[in-house]
Amino acid sequence: MIAFWQWIHALIPWFDGAIATIVIILIKAIALVMPLMLVVAYFTYAERKVIGYMQLRVGPNRVGPKGWLQPIADALKLMTKEIIFPSKANIYLFLLAPVLAIAPAIAIWAVIPFDEGMYVANLDISLLYVLAIGSVGVYGIILAGWASNSKYPLLGALRSASLLVSYEIVIGFALVTVVMIAGSVNLNDIVMAQKGSILNWYWIPLFPMMIIFFISALVETNRAPFDVVEGESEIVGGTHVEYSGMTFAVFFLAEYANMIFMAVLAVILFFGGWHSPFEGIAYLEAGFAWVPGIIWLLAKSTFFMFLYLWIRATFPRFRYDQIMRLSWKVFLPWTIVWIFVVALMTQLKIGPWF
Amino acid sequence: MINNIKKLIKDFSLSELRGGLKITAKELINKKITVQFPEERTPISPRFRGLHALRRYPNGEERCIACKLCEAVCPANAITIESEMRDDGTRRTTQYDIDLFKCIFCGFCEEACPVDAIVETQIFDYAFVDSREGSIIDKAHLLEVGDNNEQMINETKLEDAKYR
Repeated sequence: MIAFWQWIHALIPWFDGAIATIVIILIKAIALVMPLMLVVAYFTYAERKVIGYMQLRVGPNRVGPKGWLQPIADALKLMTKEIIFPSKANIYLFLLAPVLAIAPAIAIWAVIPFDEGMYVANLDISLLYVLAIGSVGVYGIILAGWASNSKYPLLGALRSASLLVSYEIVIGFALVTVVMIAGSVNLNDIVMAQKGSILNWYWIPLFPMMIIFFISALVETNRAPFDVVEGESEIVGGTHVEYSGMTFAVFFLAEYANMIFMAVLAVILFFGGWHSPFEGIAYLEAGFAWVPGIIWLLAKSTFFMFLYLWIRATFPRFRYDQIMRLSWKVFLPWTIVWIFVVALMTQLKIGPWF
Repeated sequence: MINNIKKLIKDFSLSELRGGLKITAKELINKKITVQFPEERTPISPRFRGLHALRRYPNGEERCIACKLCEAVCPANAITIESEMRDDGTRRTTQYDIDLFKCIFCGFCEEACPVDAIVETQIFDYAFVDSREGSIIDKAHLLEVGDNNEQMINETKLEDAKYR
């Protein structure tokens, strides 16, 4: 893969300056987004299968062999369905909302390093970029709730906004500890700082932060058991109530792209990104040296994606005030305490990470 | 005090959440018992009361003699019968309709019948167009069901006979 990217870069002089840059970026973006959409489609299939199995069912198994074509059939169904506009809804905002939801969900992937030197953009402030773009996504949900001219979507939008405000702080503080150890906000540098062995990954010194980050990621992506924004049994479908056909599908894509992104981000921050878990172990390292880094990254994030499904199949939905209590009274103090712990460890040079 | 600390440790180690996750993980690899319906079917009792059928004698003569006992006993008034004399002097039905929307599948018609003409088969996966006309099955249809499933009807009725 690295050779492929170098080959693309070597082609640059063939084009004329700016046009070449744009073409290269476009090619990279397409090479990123197309597989992403495919992964989203089959993530929904995996979700239905895994949750089905955990509930002693078998999940979808009718469309194609073993149900493998189910996501394609779902996509076709959503594409051919009619888009209904609620009367007296603001049509422009109503249509703008899904766009505002999916644009950040895709743009956020630009800074993710999949392998050494394999990224769309190498920003020096990529972690800040992630936080900033990640927060923009909620505008889509809030606009959808308001533009629908309906009660339940508005309730969902309000819940989404307040959840984001509470948990963005927690995620921010959790990320501060990572930045303190790595000494950089560049995701590339953060992964490089974890080089060496599995013991150098940040999940050991930052174990509580990893748990908190993952739980906050569940809230940020509106996943069970924190899916009060959709909350089928309380507010029907939340912000999705009035959306149908392709507009709904776009929201769906954005939501799942965000989930996969959070899984990948957790791997990059706490589980050594593209580094092999066998680094530093004499024979295993040599034996697995042929595996490209992106495979390790995807394998590790698959585990976190599975964890999303596992947790959804297991836990009942939190009450709204319980989620708020968890954020302000448990996570926030705990992250601040851990920032001090990390500061002390960094200052006193404890452990191999600093 | 001690209990509070114990509870704190329990809460922060997420022990209850891990217990729940363990259960679902166990179910994930458990064998699934789902019956794949069109390919597999659950066993059905011989006494099962499904779609109706009109039977014939082995020589091809229809059994029904238009005594209208089934029409009389039907608690839902689902059966409509018209009859007249046939050329050979026997009384036969000209119309035998069952409205499946009205029918409650009680099986009284089957019990009332003196010649075992109307029976309820084990067929349950039938479908009809969702309209008033579509729900009514007529004599020709009933005879067809009987002709097509004579063996199944014979076997199940024989099996159930010793308990009646």
